[in-house]
Amino acid sequence: MDYIYGVMAVICIEIVATVGLSVFTGFTGLFSLGHAAFMAIGAYTSAILTYFYHVPFVLALLLGMVMAGLVSLILGFPTLRAKLRGDYFAIATLGFGEAVRVILENLSITQGARGLPGIKHFTTLPVAFIFAVLVVWLTKNFIWSKFGRNAIAVREDSVAAEMAGIDLFKVRMLSLVYSAMCGGLAGGLFAHYLNFIQPVMFTSILSTQLTSAVVAGGMGSITGPVLAIALFIAVPEVLRVANMWRLVAYGLILVLIMVFRPSGIMGYHELSFEWISKIFKKNTRNKAGGKGI
Amino acid sequence: MPLLELKNVTKTFGGIVAVKDVSYYIKQDEIIGLIGPNGAGKTTIFNLITGVYKATEGNITFQDRDITDANPVSIVKNGIARTFQNIRLFNKLSVIENIRTVLYREADYNLGNALIRSSKVTRIEKKLYDKSLEYLEVVGLIDYINNRADSLPYGLQRKLEIARALALDPKLLLLDEPAAGMNPDECIDLVELIMKIKRTYNLTIMLIEHHMDVVMELCPRIVVINFGQVLMEGSKLDVQNDPRVLRAYLGEEYANA
Ligand SMILES: Nc1ncnc2c1ncn2[C@@H]1O[C@H](COP(=O)(O)OP(=O)(O)O)[C@@H](O)[C@H]1O
Ligand SMILES: [Mg+2]
Repeated sequence: MDYIYGVMAVICIEIVATVGLSVFTGFTGLFSLGHAAFMAIGAYTSAILTYFYHVPFVLALLLGMVMAGLVSLILGFPTLRAKLRGDYFAIATLGFGEAVRVILENLSITQGARGLPGIKHFTTLPVAFIFAVLVVWLTKNFIWSKFGRNAIAVREDSVAAEMAGIDLFKVRMLSLVYSAMCGGLAGGLFAHYLNFIQPVMFTSILSTQLTSAVVAGGMGSITGPVLAIALFIAVPEVLRVANMWRLVAYGLILVLIMVFRPSGIMGYHELSFEWISKIFKKNTRNKAGGKGI
Repeated sequence: MPLLELKNVTKTFGGIVAVKDVSYYIKQDEIIGLIGPNGAGKTTIFNLITGVYKATEGNITFQDRDITDANPVSIVKNGIARTFQNIRLFNKLSVIENIRTVLYREADYNLGNALIRSSKVTRIEKKLYDKSLEYLEVVGLIDYINNRADSLPYGLQRKLEIARALALDPKLLLLDEPAAGMNPDECIDLVELIMKIKRTYNLTIMLIEHHMDVVMELCPRIVVINFGQVLMEGSKLDVQNDPRVLRAYLGEEYANA
């Protein structure tokens, strides 16, 4: 029972990070291979605050988010201003992620590679669940507002978006900060769930897992990535695969999804009763013209 | 006083001179045609006017303001909108969202409002939805509002691009081959649409087009571009009767024959 409880808590925590990243990667169309760094920043900031300074948990989470957001400005300013091509940008994020990890390994307040033990256990399953639901709700509102629509326009055609008066830099920056703050929140929750953090927990493997979940879930869906990250965590657990086989399992899930549903589990749709009933109707009738978001 | 004026504008890409020493103007309420063979530099001129490219030399002024080095977003704000030769829609958004996205510049709710979806947000979203409908009504896309943009047939996609440009509330509209790929009936339809939107929205229009019947129908004055330069500029009669234009389009042999 404890075990299932733990898996569910981790799923809820990672949903927070994945949904945040879906705004940046799925809806704005920029790939990141370094978002684990924002989780690390949130985790360390909030853990240091509760452990050394006895700051209340929720306030520490908030400050972890703020810190992750501020650091994302440092990443975003040069790279997004220069309008780096997508692949160059992804490589920049990879370097950024590694740099953050190396810095955490060498600071004294983070106690270097040994990590921080003895963090208080504040993240219970209900807490993680509430935050996951909250972030999904906020993100849905974000996407259905002018901010999210502008992000989709930028993803769909950046030249046309600019010609429609949309400032590419502002839109991309906002999505980056949003995703970084969600990452920071997830990191804070994670630290206070596990009670122990180490820089090695936040490598590019974790970044890849988050990005894969967004791609596999559907670039333009919130519920899709939620399903995907849950699968990514639960399937290896259920199969009891050893840690070293986990990456293989992600790879396999990803390949299967790309083969059978190239636009992701949910494509550009959201999981809803309306959508499910539409799928059933589509199978009985024949398909009508594609509906947009 | 011209609304838009190009003075000795040159654009080079590496060694290629795409636009060379081009000067011409368009006055308020005019509709002019920009014609010339493929690769002449017409689209590049639109890209220079709208700030996609920066001119290597020369000046572009709009309403007495120098916009040569302005960025695309500020040029749009100043009142220039365009459509693209290769259609560029927000494909995965619905038809109505394509328009509403453009109208969002009028939405004055902030991020906090958006995140909790306050009543202010829903009210403004609804208002912009209704306003989007008006533009779709004008171009005749009202029956397709919920279709995804990329599911529309080609001709309707071009109309959606025009509607999106109109939603930017421009003074000057640049249309890049709006009739490309259209049959004669659709061309007639398009000519009517362009005349209608010009009247309704008090537009000044610059039109790149290869369908000569469309150009002759719409444009009293025409600028001919050839090899990046202005070959001639004049009334449509002048242009129709000028041997140089025929030569530019058909090659040396025909003009001599
Ligand atoms: N971004 C670019 N880089 C290099 N060459 C370009 C670029 N854009 C346009 N050109 C060149 O400029 C010339 C004019 O092209 P274009 O303006 O598209 O012609 P038109 O619209 O009249 O058919 C062509 O030779 C084209 O290859
Ligand atoms: Mg062209």
